[in-house]
This record gives sequence, C-alpha cells and structure tokens, in this order.
Amino acid sequence: MRSDLDLELVGLTKRYGSTTAVDAITHLFPAGTYACLLGPSGCGKSSTLRMIAGHESVTEGAVVLGGRDVSRLPPARRGTAMMFQNYALFPHLSVVDNVAFSLRMKHVATSTRRARALEMLDLVDMTQLAERLPAQLSGGQQQRVALARALVTEPQVLLLDEPLSALDPFLRVRMRGELRRLQRELGITFVHVTHSQDEALALADQIVVMNDAQIEQAGAARDVFDAPATAFVARFLGSHNVVALPDGMAAIRVDALRVTDAPDAPLQGHVTGIEYQGTHVALTAQVTGKQEVTVLLTDGDFFGAPKDAGEAISFVWEAAAAHPLRGGGRTNQMKPNGEYTT
Amino acid sequence: MTDHARISAPRRSLGPNVAGWLLVSPLALVLSAFLVLPVIMIVVVSFWGTTEFSIYPAFQFDNYAFLFGSEVTYRVFLNTFKYAVITWALTLGIGFTVAYFLAFHVRTQTWQIALFLLCTIPFLTSNIIRMISWIPFLGREGIANSALLSWGMIDAPLDWLLFSDFSVILAFVHLYTLFMVVPIFNTMMRIDRSLIEAANDAGASGWQTLAFVIVPLTKPGIMIGTIFVVTLVMGDFITVRFMSGSQSANVGRLISNDIALLQYPSASATAVVLLVVVLVVIGTLLRFVDIRREL
Repeated sequence: MRSDLDLELVGLTKRYGSTTAVDAITHLFPAGTYACLLGPSGCGKSSTLRMIAGHESVTEGAVVLGGRDVSRLPPARRGTAMMFQNYALFPHLSVVDNVAFSLRMKHVATSTRRARALEMLDLVDMTQLAERLPAQLSGGQQQRVALARALVTEPQVLLLDEPLSALDPFLRVRMRGELRRLQRELGITFVHVTHSQDEALALADQIVVMNDAQIEQAGAARDVFDAPATAFVARFLGSHNVVALPDGMAAIRVDALRVTDAPDAPLQGHVTGIEYQGTHVALTAQVTGKQEVTVLLTDGDFFGAPKDAGEAISFVWEAAAAHPLRGGGRTNQMKPNGEYTT
Repeated sequence: MTDHARISAPRRSLGPNVAGWLLVSPLALVLSAFLVLPVIMIVVVSFWGTTEFSIYPAFQFDNYAFLFGSEVTYRVFLNTFKYAVITWALTLGIGFTVAYFLAFHVRTQTWQIALFLLCTIPFLTSNIIRMISWIPFLGREGIANSALLSWGMIDAPLDWLLFSDFSVILAFVHLYTLFMVVPIFNTMMRIDRSLIEAANDAGASGWQTLAFVIVPLTKPGIMIGTIFVVTLVMGDFITVRFMSGSQSANVGRLISNDIALLQYPSASATAVVLLVVVLVVIGTLLRFVDIRREL
C-alpha cells in the first residue's frame, strides 16, 4: 500500500572519486515503518543514511519523500531529521536550548519554543534535567535529548545513525525498547543504521541488509531471518549454518539441525567443540568438506545423549529448513574484514 | 656496583611528591629569580624618593601622587587603551577569519599545516626588523605613496601613512595577528564537525551556525588571543617609538623615558600602575569566559 509519506530511494548512488560507496540502490520504506539498515562497516549504510538526511551529496539517483524528490534540498527542508551517532549536542547550550535550537533558527518566540521544547523533553522523560548542560548528562540521557531535538522539527522521517553504539549493553536494550515505543506513538518512519543484527531483529519492521554498496536482501525482519537469500545474509545475521549440499549452497538455522544415529544422514562428521549456554548447548562439528557447522541443542536433548569432542556425529533436518542460497558457490568465503566474495 | 645499589634504592622510594617537586622546581626557580623578585623590587622602588641628583630608599607616595596628579598620565593611559582596543578589534577580525578559513575550509590536514606554517614565516625575522621595514614602504617617498601617485589615486603624498597612529596600529596588527590566529584555530579544530551538521540539520543558515555554534564554542580561544594581544600592546614601547617617529606616547614609552632619565622610582610607580591595570583587564575578561577547557 503506497502512501504520500513513503520514503523511496531510486537508483541512489554515491561515488567518492573512483570508489563507489553506494551503488544504485532502490528501495521503498512505507510510511510509519521502523526500518533498519544493517551491514558491516564500509557497506555504504551510513552513506545512504547521510544522503537521505542531506549531509552527503547524491551522485546519482533520487530520494523521494512525500511525493517529491528531496535529494537537492538542504537538510532542514526535506522533512527528515537526523540523530547523530555521538548525539552532537551543542555543549554550550542547556538541554532545553538544545532542543529548542531549530525553533530559534526559525525565529520562533522564546516562550513558544521553550514550551515546545519542554513538550518534547516530556516525551523522552527528560523534563527535570532541562536546565543542565550536555556534559552533565549520562550517555543515555544525552541520547534522549538528541532524540527530542530531532523530533522537535516534526520530521516525517527520523534518521538514526548507530544510535545505540555508544551505550553500555544494559542501556542499549532499554533504549531500544524506548525507540520502538516512540516510533509507535509518533507513527513516523524511523530509519536506523546499525551493524548489530540483534538490534535490527529486535527493533525493525523491515530489515535492509547491505553489503558492498548494494542491498543484499530487504524485507520483514522475520522473512529475512527465516529465509536468508545469500550466504552473506545468512552469515551476517548469524544463527545460520551455510553448508554446501549436493544441490548447492543452503542456509540451515542452528536450531533446525538435529542429531541422529541414522547411518545415511546427509551431514556426517565429528564434534569439535561443546559450549554450555544455560538453556542451550552449542555444539560445533566438522563435517564433510571441512565445513564447520554449529547446532543449538536444548540442554535436555544434549544431556539426554551427551557427546564428547572428537566423537562421530550425524545431522538431519526437515527439508523445509534448508534455504537454497543465490549466488553461492563452493568456494564462498567470508574474508576477515567482513567483505563477501564469490 | 655498590654505588648503583645505593642510588637505585632511594630512587625507587621517591614518592610522587618528590618527583613532582623536582619537575616544577627548575621553572619555579627561574620564575622566582627573574620574575617574582624583580616585580617585588619594582614595587619597592616605586615608593623610593628622588632628588635632582640622587635616589634614596624610603616609603612615600610622592611618585604615585605625581603620577595621578599629572594630566599627561591619563592622556597616555587613554592612548595606550586606544591602541589596545583598535589593535584587538583588527587582530580579532583578521585572526578569526584566517583561523576559520584554516579550520573549516581547508580540507586536508597537510594543507592546514602547510598554510599554518606559512602564517608563521614572518616570525623568522626579528620584530624590530619587520617594523623598520615598514618605514621605506610607508614614507613620503615610499613605495605606497609612489604607487598611489603613479596610479593617479592621489595628487600629493599622504602624510599620515608613516609616523602616525595609523602606522603604529598597522605595525601592531602585523606583529600580533598570529597571536590571535593560533589560539582561535586551536579551539576551532576541537569543534566536533557533527555539531555543524546538527546545526544544518536544524535549519540554521551559514550565518546562524557561525553566530550560535561556532562563535560561542570559539570564545575560549578568542579570549586567550585577546589576553596575548592586549598584554603585548599595553606593554609595548618600541613599536610606538619607531612607528610614531616619537610623536605618540603610550605607557611603555613613559616608563622608558623615565628610565633614560634615571628616574627609577617614577618609572617603577608607572610600571606598577600599568601592571595593575593590565591584571584588572585580564581579570575582567576571564570573568566572562571560562578558558580552563583550553588549558
């Protein structure tokens, strides 16, 4: 269903000299979606976000928002607002002045802009610290202020550049709940750049996996996770085994493999490692063709028939659990820097 | 062998306090011998008495009474302030724009360093030489006048180019602008570039970003540059003497004239007043801006 407020990227390209950071990507973000741009560093996800925001010039293609091409407009006239990775709060201004900054630039009267800013601070639960300076706030508090400052411009699209990466793990989980709640309340589109698949899966309605300046796979979070289209996506999202089978490469979830005693099992090998994880046991094994697979067994299953390192082991799975991968060959390898080659 | 053992044992037991004292003591000694003691000496001598042919130790306020009773003192102090304020305004204007250019317009660090070093090239010559080299340029028959004459822009040589307030301030600006550029550039380089993007994102125009983000964040650098320029100009006497052709006076020249006449107590009293005035000016400036962040 198309709406006037959809954000659409059309053949969006960014080149720096001879290197292509973003290679003609086309994607539609329906209005009101929480979308995550996911990928390893250098995949072009940040450049994409910065082009949507207007902080990076577009080499080719268009950013369409609200039915018009905004790719040549200045950032503030696009209907987008950006939340920066390091929050970029003005260190010399109090929290409330930071939030009111964009209104001040529009010459809104002092009392009006203060009232608006306090409203926004209320939304992120920061009213009681309104007079503090950014340096007197914790990381999580700074982030709430940055969020309020971005939202005060009433954007149709909020762009978040690795918003949680500067927080400690505990706060990260809390803030992501908060981001999700805000997005639901406001009903605007959030485009969130991250390299963490947990974050993307936990937050996103829609995941866009990027690699090597291109979109590798996009879709609903569950669809992407359940049926990765390429070996890169399967490996990057984790919890998948990428194995070469007689009829080509396939991704099988770590919890879809079952240990079997049947002599004609399709994957046979020996145990190389056992890791107890509380509710589960992660068992790694080397199978045919020196491939490494990981199996996640419930603790009950594992301790019912425990295995030791070096023991022979065989696996089976339901036919539907193996997802054939496109563009895959036997030599597919992840290079150490996360790039994917065929 | 035993020597080594004996030396290394106490060395290990040196507490952090001792090490700290050792680190500061060279500078502390130099400063107390060559700054604190002379200043005390000046204060003491400023209360001494003079006759036509001698100086005698005393504790009297004659020198100060004469100083504050003389209309010349006020005129000269006013003139000194005038030089300081005009020079400050010009060096700030030039220094800020140069620093802004270096920090925000020059993209690569290599070019930043190269251009910055270019700014310091004039400092490879002594400032007296740099000052004197203005004289043939600005004189009645100098390059400036002959060029303007030959272009037909003026009919007669301009007299005010040399040996005037104009030439004094020109020399000050030329000598001291770099003292403004360096601290301002330094502060600007510490401004997180994402703040400028954030301002842009919030709809700030270029001028608004300058007024509401860059200038407030550059204030500590401006203040440090201001302190440099104001103290240098207020304490100067040689520039004023050379460039005004001994036609203008500032406090420094007042002191140097007294010294030339061996009127040490009077010179000391003037010096003490100047010192207090400069300290009050700096103290006032520091109340407005917190420069601790820069130190």
